[in-house]
Amino acid sequence: MEFEDFAPKLTMLLYGVIGFVVVVGGLLLLLDVVPNYFARRREAALVAASLSSSDAPAGQRVGRRVRKHREGLLGLAFLLPALLLLLIGLVIPAIRTIILSLFNGNSESFVGLDNYGWIFRENDIIRVLLNTAGWVVLVPLLATSVGLLYAVMVDRARFEAIAKSLIFLPMAISFVGAGIIWRFVYAYRGEGDQIGLLNWLWTSVGGEPRQWLNEGPLNTFLLIVVMVWIQAGFAMVILSAAIKAIPSDIVEAARLDGVTPWQMFWRVTLPSIRPALIVVVVTISIGTMKIFDIVRTMTNGNFDTNVVALEMYNQAFRYQQAGQGSALAVFLFILVIPIVIFQIRNLRRQREG
Amino acid sequence: MAVSSRPRQALVLATTLALALSAAACSSDDGGDSGSASSGDCAAYDAYTGNDGTTVSIYASIRDAEADLLEESWKKFEDCTGITIKYEGSGEFEAQLPVRVDGGNAPDIAFIPQPGLLKRFADAGKLKEASADTKTMAEGNYAKEWLDYATVGGKFYGAPMGSNVKSFVWYSPKLFAEKGWKVPTTWDEMMQLSDTIAGAGIKPWCAGIESGDATGWPATDWIEDVMLRDAGADVYDQWVEHSIPFNDPKVASAVDRVGKILKDEKYVNGGFGGVKSITTTSFQEAGTPILEDKCAMYRMASFYANQWPEGTKVAEDGDAFAFYLPPVDPAKGKPVLGGGEFTVAFADRPEVQKVQTYLASGEAANSRAKLGNWVSANKKLDIANVENPIDKLAVEILQDQSAVFRFDGSDLMPAAVGAGTFWKGMVDWINGKSTSEVLNQIEGSWPK
Repeated sequence: MEFEDFAPKLTMLLYGVIGFVVVVGGLLLLLDVVPNYFARRREAALVAASLSSSDAPAGQRVGRRVRKHREGLLGLAFLLPALLLLLIGLVIPAIRTIILSLFNGNSESFVGLDNYGWIFRENDIIRVLLNTAGWVVLVPLLATSVGLLYAVMVDRARFEAIAKSLIFLPMAISFVGAGIIWRFVYAYRGEGDQIGLLNWLWTSVGGEPRQWLNEGPLNTFLLIVVMVWIQAGFAMVILSAAIKAIPSDIVEAARLDGVTPWQMFWRVTLPSIRPALIVVVVTISIGTMKIFDIVRTMTNGNFDTNVVALEMYNQAFRYQQAGQGSALAVFLFILVIPIVIFQIRNLRRQREG
Repeated sequence: MAVSSRPRQALVLATTLALALSAAACSSDDGGDSGSASSGDCAAYDAYTGNDGTTVSIYASIRDAEADLLEESWKKFEDCTGITIKYEGSGEFEAQLPVRVDGGNAPDIAFIPQPGLLKRFADAGKLKEASADTKTMAEGNYAKEWLDYATVGGKFYGAPMGSNVKSFVWYSPKLFAEKGWKVPTTWDEMMQLSDTIAGAGIKPWCAGIESGDATGWPATDWIEDVMLRDAGADVYDQWVEHSIPFNDPKVASAVDRVGKILKDEKYVNGGFGGVKSITTTSFQEAGTPILEDKCAMYRMASFYANQWPEGTKVAEDGDAFAFYLPPVDPAKGKPVLGGGEFTVAFADRPEVQKVQTYLASGEAANSRAKLGNWVSANKKLDIANVENPIDKLAVEILQDQSAVFRFDGSDLMPAAVGAGTFWKGMVDWINGKSTSEVLNQIEGSWPK
């Protein structure tokens, strides 16, 4: 293991780091300098305006209109990069995907809605849809309940910070990392010592070792557990913050009225944190619909555990069936839309209320 | 304003630091390179000179240590011709290459291990036909059946390079000698041996088909190997071209023959459990129980030599070695299943064609073989340059005139089957689905 063997790789790494520093540093600098420049000019203009305001009301009105116009331009300048990125990164690919979904595998002949028919015709794909539905129902439900329960229980308890960081830690692990960790938990050995935690527990209470990831539909549920393990921390943090934000006079008033802890939870806590609860459920739902990494790492969609996002990737990039892959992408997009609309409506209502 | 002063200081510091580090890295790079260019005899590379200072990019699936050896093998070519080869290996090669090509960012040369993918690029008009020089070189060095896999619509697109032989069964010479078992030379002998081994209280076979996102491929290799033996090379060709359906009785017969080994609890899966454990055992791990005498045989390609734990002696008198998977009917010849990568070009600049021609040459094959762990069907490959006993055996088989070579079928089929439903179908099949159910399903998924 000579250093020289690694030198070219380290150099590459270094270039990467330099590139990162230059780009991010440049952006930060830009974000710092540009608004400051405009702020200073505006200040100067305001000072000038206030000096000359006393004697010329008509001139001031004209000045204000010009300033308003200029500010509109400034706003546009700030919006432009975001709009451009949205166009290139989102709108154009979305339109292209929709077009591709109406063509065959190598995007040469038009097949109409045949690819969408294929989604509901193929037994394998129906299985994929059912699995995804299972994920979308169970993950938000379980993750949010676990997170909420935990948040309520550790609220104002001793060692609250430690208890919270314990459950929040999995959030820091990537889905792929979590998938690999949990694959070890579910690992199977036909004979000898079990190296998987679950099989070790199972055999130590007298069971025969089982291939957990091989048995449907239990295996889908076991994959869901991994997602819940990761997402419960997210739910817990948001909900815990919401619980802490409940005005103390409400809580005190309820206490004076002599509520039981049960009533406190259902009548006071839950209604007060409803907006936060919805945000959590919606965020987790959308994330779950797009679930890909855990399934790909742990079973690669074998043993009837496949989900829409993984099948979409396989069709489009591995099997070179661009049409069917795009159709699945569009279908996934359509599934997400209602949730997004619900979320936006909710946010708007909150702002008004 | 006051808020931002500290971050800005940090930024300046970071930038300076980064610049200083990069300068240091550059200087160390310069020091290492000088002096090596002028040494050595360049006579063998005269044909490739004349494009000094040009760069050719190569993209392939070969990574890490193997990629380093590859780059070392053409170092001299670079020094003598002045052509710089920029090599990039990727684990996502099969998925990324189409993305790069369709996006107008194709590499100059790619090493494509799937003739099916090669055909797709050729049909789409993305590939450049190989130059006359490359073609002459390839025809002199490789058998026709190899070149056919790189010929689409009468046009030849590039020579093969590295190869592997898949028709191998790994075993423990030590255990075989101890028990007095003989290496079988026919299929029936192999089945009798399996019974003998099972009678001795050892599981005769190991198997594992888990391989991340490619789970299932080792089982497809099993089927292909037996297809060649059970039905013959001609039927095999019809099968991969889809001129007979995937659920043809001939295919079912081959699959059932494999099933007599892989789906029999008596025979599998030593050290791991029952039949179903095959689906969750990785192919890398699957052969290792041979060293502990927990199973006796493992059908896997020549490249499995690199998977044995450090310190394992891979030789005919060592801890592990492989024998040629015997034919069902010896009268039908000696079928060999194998694979390899083809060097195809997406550009036709003179330097690209020169590199492509060089890679098809005997010099390139021998230069790479000398560095170890490498096999090629190149006829100019001198077997004395091949070090490992198993690589030697593989080269002997590849250069054997009586052998009937066929390329790995799943790499020839459309990706939707060859890298999709065929793999998945095999997983389901091991997991208990019937042969006919699985074959019907694969047939239904063949792209129209």
